[in-house]
Amino acid sequence: MSPGMSSGSPIIRFEGVTKRYGKVVAVDDVNLEVREGEFFALLGPSGCGKTTLLRMLAGFEVPSEGRILIDGQDVTQVGPNKRPVNMVFQNYAVFPHMSVADNVGYGLKVDGVPSGERTMRVEEALALVKLDGLGSRRPDQLSGGQRQRVALARALVKRPRVLLLDEPLSALDAKLREAMRTELCQLQAQVGITFVMVTHDQDEALALADRCAVMNRGLLQQVASPSDLYEFPASRFVADFIGSVNMLEGALVVDEPDHAEVAVAGIDLPVFLDHGVTGAAGTTLWLALRPEKIELHKWAEAPPALGDAPQGRNAVAGTITHVAYLGSESLYEVTLPDGQKLKALRSNLTRWDQEDFALGEQVWLAWHACSPAVLLS
Amino acid sequence: MKGPLDYLARWPLRLWLAMVGAFLYLPLLALVVFSFNDSRRITVWRGFSLRWYAELFDDGELVAAFGNSLVIAAASTLISLILGTLAALLLWRFRFAGKAPLEALLGLPIVVPEICLGVAFLVFFTAIVPWPTELPWPLNLGAIIIAHATFSFSFVALVVRARLASFDGALAEAARDLGAGEWLIFRDIMVPHMVPGLVAGALLAFTLSLDDFVITFFTSGPDTITFPIKVYSMVRFSVTPAVNAASTLLILLTAGLTALALWLQGADIAKQAA
Repeated sequence: MSPGMSSGSPIIRFEGVTKRYGKVVAVDDVNLEVREGEFFALLGPSGCGKTTLLRMLAGFEVPSEGRILIDGQDVTQVGPNKRPVNMVFQNYAVFPHMSVADNVGYGLKVDGVPSGERTMRVEEALALVKLDGLGSRRPDQLSGGQRQRVALARALVKRPRVLLLDEPLSALDAKLREAMRTELCQLQAQVGITFVMVTHDQDEALALADRCAVMNRGLLQQVASPSDLYEFPASRFVADFIGSVNMLEGALVVDEPDHAEVAVAGIDLPVFLDHGVTGAAGTTLWLALRPEKIELHKWAEAPPALGDAPQGRNAVAGTITHVAYLGSESLYEVTLPDGQKLKALRSNLTRWDQEDFALGEQVWLAWHACSPAVLLS
Repeated sequence: MKGPLDYLARWPLRLWLAMVGAFLYLPLLALVVFSFNDSRRITVWRGFSLRWYAELFDDGELVAAFGNSLVIAAASTLISLILGTLAALLLWRFRFAGKAPLEALLGLPIVVPEICLGVAFLVFFTAIVPWPTELPWPLNLGAIIIAHATFSFSFVALVVRARLASFDGALAEAARDLGAGEWLIFRDIMVPHMVPGLVAGALLAFTLSLDDFVITFFTSGPDTITFPIKVYSMVRFSVTPAVNAASTLLILLTAGLTALALWLQGADIAKQAA
């Protein structure tokens, strides 16, 4: 988390922002605040409206309805060249006919910064993105990663209030992407500028962002920290979009202040939860159970007890029908007697762990009473 | 590995290529060779001489005609470059009613037979807007300049339009994001991208104007003779090697300009490939 986050006052506000293209609603009544100094991610499948939202923030699109405020100023009708934000474009949009230094200095030149100061600030910015000494290169002499650094330096040199990043890592190969993730985080901490990033890659969003907004079909689904998104999803869409999940549909049978029970087809005894659920008995709800939160146990007559639920609860017998060895962990697909399939992820803590369970083996699956996330929609 | 050019190693293809080359270039070669012929007769070789070139430069009318041609080419190139680029930008940038017909109309001067254009200009400049004949040089060339710009601006527009098609709109957005207004985006981002198209279009317009005969024939008067018209009239009186020499100069000039255009584009491509 970045140090600037403590201030926490909103720097960007979307107020009832809607964007229509003809009859298509790209962004639907979005109300959102981004706090000063945070690394904020807009996350969602392609076509969910996240890019449109970013482009409205940059000024390239004008909302059909609603207002956008930056630092309390209504910028809804302000052109992109007059906003205190700068953008790193998806394919970097480095000017091919200018040297690296001219690229980085372009925004300052447009602003009329005298050439002496300009040279100094360009060099500072190049050092910031570790391109010192490459100022005289042409963009076509740079690698993809270096071009991205040029785009970063070019935006940061203007000292914007907010830096916008459009799918910043999508054009890089896997190794470089991972390295750049760390570097983007460090860079943000170093400059202390609010970053707003658009991405379709949930790993990227979880790894980089202080807070994420998940969007789907133009609607804001949930705004939360990465861990809250993952552990406390607000809807089936979010639970399913972020990470991998076993979704169990059930009916509420017992609802006490300190525990609840949910009947799920295919599981003999109702699933036991260690907290109450707001809802009438019989309400349909969903349990989102992450694969790593399901434990595999060797077959025995009695189901395993994990201690926080009555004996026999939160356990189901099944047969391993698929094993995916992923190196650090193994993913097991377990088929229940009624044909339902559950995924369980098991860390390979020692070099022999992957041999503990084999294809076709009958096993018990068990989970803690606190593990399922209860979803009402 | 068989490359696309490996077929050239087979003799039928080589023969075919040689014949194509001979068919295309032997007449030109003969013309150039006989321009150095030391004889009044165009068909009999008597020895090497530069006398016809000397004669050319002594011929005041011919030099004047050449001067006219250069001025007309330069002026019509400038006009068609500006108009053509604006037309290309308009068609590239905006959507408007009647865009498709306009685009089709733009190509019209290219496909309409030159003789029709020539007659059209003749009618236009005599009956509708008579171009005053008593103007001082080079204003008396105005009618020809306008006629040339009319057809060469289509070529410029098409070439620049093609170049604009490869423009990455994100570059303009990036410049805008960095604070540039429309004019700065045009000057700093669009124009540098268009340069190869502008150069190619200008050279095309220049060479088209320089060697145009048909349209010029209908729009030129006794005081506004261009180089091709002059050569034509020389042929009508007597076919001397002077005509060859004049033609050789014209070929050199157009070939030189074409080579320049290719070289500029080649440099551009090499820069992008590096």
